[in-house]
Amino acid sequence: MASNPVEYLPGKQPHPREHRMIFRNVDRAGWDASIDTYLNDGGYEMAKKALKMERQDIINEVKASGLRGRGGAGFPTGVKWGFIPPTNTKPVYLICNADESEPGTFKDRYILHQDPHQLIEGMIISAFAVKANLAYIYIREEFPHAATIVEKAIAEAKNKGFLGKAIFGSDFDLEIYVHRGAGAYICGEETGLIESLEGKRPYPRIKPPYFPAALGLYMSPTIVNNVESLCHVKHILQMGGAEYAKLGTPNNTGTRILCVSGDVQKPGYYEVQVGKVTMGEVINDLCGGLKPGRTLKAIIPGGSSAKVLKADETYKLKDGRELTIWDIPMDFDTMAACGSMAGSGGVMIMDDSRSMAWVINNLNKFYQHESCGQCTPCREGSPWMAKISDRIIAGNASPDDVDMLEQVANQIEGKTICAFGEAASWPTQSFVRKFRDEIKSMTKADLAGRIVNEETKLAVAGLEA
Amino acid sequence: MAGILKQNSPSSPPPPMSDAASAPAAKPPVDLVNVQINGTWHKLPKGMRMIEACRQVGASVPHYCYHPKLSSPGNCRMCLVEMGMPPRPQPGQEPEKDEHGMPKIGWMPRPVIACANTIGEGMGIKTEGKLTEECRRGVMEFLLANHPLDCPICDQAGECRLQEFSVEHGQAESRYREDKVKKPKNVDIGPRIRLDDERCIMCSRCIRFTAEIADDPVLGFTERGTHTTLAVHPGKRLENNYSLNTVDICPVGALTSNDFRFQMRVWFLSETNSVCTKCARGCNTEISARGDTVYRQSPRENNDVNSTWMCDQGRLDFHFVNSEYRLTDPMVKSDGKHAVTTWKEAIQSAASGLKGLGGDEIAIIASARMTNEELWLVKQLQQATGAKFIDVVPRSGGGDNYLRHDDRNPNSAGVRQILGIEPGAALDSIQRAVRSGLIKGVVALGENLLKCGFDKDSLGKLSVFVSTHILANATADLSTVVLPAASYAEKRGSMINATGRLQRLNKAVKSPGNARDDWEILNDLVSAISDQKSLGSVDEVFKQLAGSVTCFQGLTLASIGDLGRQVLETNETVPVLEREKERKAKGIIVG
Ligand SMILES: Cc1cc2nc3c(=O)[nH]c(=O)nc-3n(C[C@H](O)[C@H](O)[C@H](O)COP(=O)(O)O)c2cc1C
Ligand code: SF4
Ligand code: SF4
Ligand code: SF4
Ligand code: FES
Repeated sequence: MASNPVEYLPGKQPHPREHRMIFRNVDRAGWDASIDTYLNDGGYEMAKKALKMERQDIINEVKASGLRGRGGAGFPTGVKWGFIPPTNTKPVYLICNADESEPGTFKDRYILHQDPHQLIEGMIISAFAVKANLAYIYIREEFPHAATIVEKAIAEAKNKGFLGKAIFGSDFDLEIYVHRGAGAYICGEETGLIESLEGKRPYPRIKPPYFPAALGLYMSPTIVNNVESLCHVKHILQMGGAEYAKLGTPNNTGTRILCVSGDVQKPGYYEVQVGKVTMGEVINDLCGGLKPGRTLKAIIPGGSSAKVLKADETYKLKDGRELTIWDIPMDFDTMAACGSMAGSGGVMIMDDSRSMAWVINNLNKFYQHESCGQCTPCREGSPWMAKISDRIIAGNASPDDVDMLEQVANQIEGKTICAFGEAASWPTQSFVRKFRDEIKSMTKADLAGRIVNEETKLAVAGLEA
Repeated sequence: MAGILKQNSPSSPPPPMSDAASAPAAKPPVDLVNVQINGTWHKLPKGMRMIEACRQVGASVPHYCYHPKLSSPGNCRMCLVEMGMPPRPQPGQEPEKDEHGMPKIGWMPRPVIACANTIGEGMGIKTEGKLTEECRRGVMEFLLANHPLDCPICDQAGECRLQEFSVEHGQAESRYREDKVKKPKNVDIGPRIRLDDERCIMCSRCIRFTAEIADDPVLGFTERGTHTTLAVHPGKRLENNYSLNTVDICPVGALTSNDFRFQMRVWFLSETNSVCTKCARGCNTEISARGDTVYRQSPRENNDVNSTWMCDQGRLDFHFVNSEYRLTDPMVKSDGKHAVTTWKEAIQSAASGLKGLGGDEIAIIASARMTNEELWLVKQLQQATGAKFIDVVPRSGGGDNYLRHDDRNPNSAGVRQILGIEPGAALDSIQRAVRSGLIKGVVALGENLLKCGFDKDSLGKLSVFVSTHILANATADLSTVVLPAASYAEKRGSMINATGRLQRLNKAVKSPGNARDDWEILNDLVSAISDQKSLGSVDEVFKQLAGSVTCFQGLTLASIGDLGRQVLETNETVPVLEREKERKAKGIIVG
């Protein structure tokens, strides 16, 4: 495959520990989002190759690659594709989830902005494999620029005969449409996304029975994959599933893009082999260490929904290993074993300048605002948590309120329609459990059981009603 | 826990059929699966919703959003229960068995909703226990967090699921110390309904009803999260003829009926099963009354007639029962003026008037709103007087693709069976004969003749004009004898609906003043004219009917039951029921 040597824009060179595959062309010198640039770089060869393959062989390659979804849940992509009922007679749809709305996550946007054809190529291969003739890219409303670029890319590909009828001279037809979201985090949840695509409110569906692979868009089998996941498919075909699986670590294969934000010297995106770098290496090597004179306090390792890790914790693993926060390899399984998740790859680093009560209040407010409001525990519980934490940071709460905050989270977790319930309650649960004393230190014992009204608020502020 | 294996019938027993010929073909065999509910194993039909399985074995699961006739969004989360399945055994290993020889259940750490999940072989369900109780307490606490709790002025109080489940699963004290979310109250969303958004628990039942049953999707949610607000779409109104069903299915006091609002606390009401008499559908109803005042009417489930719905027109047409224009005393006209009299004298006066006429001078205008028992007595009256002319007043129009039937009389089928006439067939010739003076005596039963083609002049010239009425009207004014009768809410009796189903009305309230039940009036009139023995009760009238008209054979008024009985073969179907059957077959609804 024609592959030109890759040079990067000044100051944007990848860190030597990175393994650029998906982000190979991000910040690349002389690179633009046009189809010609992509073709000059050997683009669309894998799509051509795929259309000559047996569908099952492609699915087998993806299974063999061990690719796990990069959207949050880390579900094996090949296995998901295999869930389409073999007896299906309805049309199959492929949806690219470009809603990227998990706080702390900023990877998909670079693919959309700088390398849209990589995504389209991945989607052609994936659509062919799952027998979808219609595919959608659901782009969040806050990415207007990305939508324009992707639409242009689709038009270019169509012009070349890479999309539309009988693509690459095969008998396979494929149309890809861009669908714009309407500004809600819940549109990233796959069944909410599907409802939104159908023109309705993005109310997530109950599962069972509405597993997308069987009853998805228009009640037809639908595969929803993240932008990054779909891009990986191209590379799996290029390398072969077995070869791809050698990247990363067993059961945690390939590369993934870490989006590091917070209190480090060089926050940003870093594509690394899954599990080949540790949290310590992320902070100290990739990101140039903590800010001067600061110490690590906490890390949210996989998007805002992931449970927080506390700097002084140690994690006992089943195989007997004992890890500190610095030793955790950035993979799916170890992160789960440490009680959190790799999620969407959004790593948020917090140093000792951060107030944990403030952080949890900030997160609670996000989830309060984004709860779709369909099911009771999340609709009523998320704002309650926000209001309690509001009072905590305002000094208008009692120590019992902190415990109650955790109990409210417990009443949400596992009882909702969609995983937003966990997304909203895990941060609270983990922050309160791990930083209870710190949070309680902001409360006043004599406020216990008091009705909160303007009077108490004023009294707390030292004023008379 | 008892080690019994219980066998349960797959669903509630089918409604009894009148004769073998109309019995359905044998039910297709249902696959039964073993399900353990609260420790006891049961055999239940595969694919049944967990919530229905639990209900069937007496372990009801509290719920808000679930409604068997609507799709299941699973949004309220009140029905969360503990669930387990036998773990898949390792290859070559036998599954572990419990003391009943059933596979041991591996309980899931997370609860599942009972409303939308279906049962499968070996499943275990716990509707009791720590996990389930915690879930219910949590959901109750959340539902009340932003609830206004205006129970003292809320029409739903007393029949509110929020109140009921609070008592059963909630806690006495609220831990919620924050400001509640403010939302619109007293919202005018349609001509018959008000919405209180603060009371709404966002179960979406009303939205689903308007979209799935009434094909009028005017309701929806706006805003999101805790600010989610039920609303009518801009420029739309909830005004279809089935709108008040949303008030019935709203589990709280968010949707209230303008008609019933603030009229009566529900705990003072007593309910009587009856049927609506506003069209030939005969929707099954419940009449709610306090003392002798009817306050509301609501649909009662009958899956062979009206599912669980009724139209607004039928529902709201009851206020005449308590009207100030009710006739309360029999009256006889002398010197052109009506004077109140006793029943004895009024009947005597009517009887002697009719006896003085020949059969070909008498017409009886009965009504297809009369019960079968009354119609049978009309038949007796016809025989006693020899009346040559007889008919009822037909009414038609207004049928729709839901429940409302084009025949606006509730008992045309009874008229055909008992009187042997086609409604309206003789009306023209009777009118002509009245006008020409051929007919000198008319008995009008519950019909305002001036509204159906008779004219004032010729009616005024009749020598005998006996009429029964509920309300004062111009026809009564013209009558020589006026007999105050009972409304449908004041009588027990039967009617046959458009699909050939015999159904029973029951007496919910007493008639006002000296007004009497129609069957008694007719019974007395027949005895006064002929020497026919007077019958002692409406049940006895039915007995006579059963002995003389084929379709009633072998039945008694009591045996009709609250859900009625199919007595005639008609090829009519009910549009709403047909669509529900389709949706049930697809598994969208339980039915
Ligand atoms: C509340 C919520 C928000 C989500 N947001 C996103 C998102 O923005 N982008 C995304 O790819 N997946 C998101 N997901 C995960 C999707 O539901 C889905 O699992 C994913 O798109 C599948 O793709 P993958 O298998 O390639 O990871 C979200 C899930 C939840 C519960
Ligand atoms: S968990 Fe929250 S976001 Fe998900 S369906 Fe329920 S209310 Fe909506
Ligand atoms: S809806 Fe129920 S709980 Fe709410 S105010 Fe009315 S009666 Fe009370
Ligand atoms: S108005 Fe009533 S039925 Fe409609 S969503 Fe609210 S609570 Fe449910
Ligand atoms: S009844 Fe509402 S979720 Fe089951």
